[in-house]
Amino acid sequence: MTAGIMSSQEALQQLINALSLGSTYALLALGLAMVFSILGLVNFAHGELVTVAAYTIYIENEHGVPFAIQVVSAVVAASIAAVLMERIAFRPLRGAGFVTLLFSSFALSVIIQNLFLAFVSPRQKGVAMPNVFNTAFRFGGTYSIGWLPVITTITCLLSLVVLTLFLRRSVQGLGMLAASQDFQVTRLMGISANRVIMAAFAISGALAGVAAIFILARRGTVEPTMGFNPVLKAFIASVIGGLGSLSGAVVGGFVLAFIEVTLDATLPVDIAPFRDAFALLIVIAILYFRPEGLLTRSEER
Amino acid sequence: MQATSVDILTVDDLVVRYGPIVAVQSVSLNVRQGEIVALLGANGAGKSSLLNAVVGLVPIAGGLVKFKGEPINKLTPEAIVRRGISLTPEGRRVFPRLSVADNLRLGGAVTRDRADYDAAHEHVLNLFPILGERMRQNGGTLSGGQQQMLAIGRSLMARPALLLLDEPSLGLAPIVVDQIFELLERLRREGTTILLVEQNVHRALEIADRAYVLASGRVESHGEAAALRASAEIERAYLGIGVSE
Repeated sequence: MTAGIMSSQEALQQLINALSLGSTYALLALGLAMVFSILGLVNFAHGELVTVAAYTIYIENEHGVPFAIQVVSAVVAASIAAVLMERIAFRPLRGAGFVTLLFSSFALSVIIQNLFLAFVSPRQKGVAMPNVFNTAFRFGGTYSIGWLPVITTITCLLSLVVLTLFLRRSVQGLGMLAASQDFQVTRLMGISANRVIMAAFAISGALAGVAAIFILARRGTVEPTMGFNPVLKAFIASVIGGLGSLSGAVVGGFVLAFIEVTLDATLPVDIAPFRDAFALLIVIAILYFRPEGLLTRSEER
Repeated sequence: MQATSVDILTVDDLVVRYGPIVAVQSVSLNVRQGEIVALLGANGAGKSSLLNAVVGLVPIAGGLVKFKGEPINKLTPEAIVRRGISLTPEGRRVFPRLSVADNLRLGGAVTRDRADYDAAHEHVLNLFPILGERMRQNGGTLSGGQQQMLAIGRSLMARPALLLLDEPSLGLAPIVVDQIFELLERLRREGTTILLVEQNVHRALEIADRAYVLASGRVESHGEAAALRASAEIERAYLGIGVSE
């Protein structure tokens, strides 16, 4: 992308790019925030849920499974993986300190990466995605817009709507919101602690699975360490929004994406490789003025 | 409803420890069907620990808790509320960023039957009409007294046979305190058994049938509320605090 004044075609495409990137970040950050708000755990193995989903698609792709089934099973696999993480790595440590849980999640992340490395391949593998993801459509006669960012944005926003309805309208969802505000009293309502925690992980996994489909479509390859970048971005997004705030995580995801896409579009070519450094500088500036994040928990509605 | 001689709650030799600190030391007490029993004592006497142990929020180090004749020691808080014990915790602890309606809805989460749920909801709004006017407001934006009403209403949504109340009048204006105590008498008339932890000794002994006085995690004295009102035991347990009220 070259610097300079953008055409309206370019501006529209960049806007959609930012929305699509932001909505993927939002799903990932929301998963992190959901677990954090209930358990006080920053799950750095969250990125490996993306890896699990991506490899599910890769393996099924190799065996000629229809794409629709690949997509559904990727989301289910990430969700199951998240529930298993909780059972195996976090439940035995229930009530342990923040740092203990954090280290456990780091360990889990490394172990899962090495499982893929040992049992699949240490190298990058190409994954053929449906053609529609590589094509563009005409819009208003003059604009050409890529299908991938449009589908990404719509799917991710739909996931957010479904999740919001579940959290706000169902007793189980309200129980999860309640658990993030006062876990003990939520149990006094007769709502099972284990079930709330399991649901938080299952949802965070499913959201990561949905995000993974589009991360994979964008990069076109799988590799064991592919979860690192997404979890890092998700963490930054949730810190921007205010760690533990669900709406903050979504807002943070979009803010981070808009910063990145704007820098991509405006930085001179020779500085472009340092885009992430500039993005983080802006994040630091935001946190300097809003140390608690954009949406602190007391302001959340 | 008149108090009968049937125990709804029996606490036998209960011990609660937080690490090396003993909060409750072999306390035995019972609550009979239809009674209001007051649990009195100075700060740190172990009253809240006892309530929290009964509902399973803090682990029991020794002794036995029986509800309707069945041991509930090993049950989780979520299982105990389903058996019919609700705790309105100290400090109200309404869900601050959920609406009044959602707070109540969660209180009724254990009620499977739709008609039972609706009846409980109507009952609560009947007891606290102000909550009906604030349904869409977040719990955290209510006044202290309204929050206490919401906290009690939320507990009642589970239609408990036994209601445990931890300091329901703490920090409230006198007129609201009056309302709370009137409410407790009304609930008793309607058949709810109540175990009440209160700082306001005077008011508590007025409405209670019986009372236990705890000091340093032990039962210092117990008996008919009327008899305790006249005795000096209370004064000693409180070191003079709260008696002049």
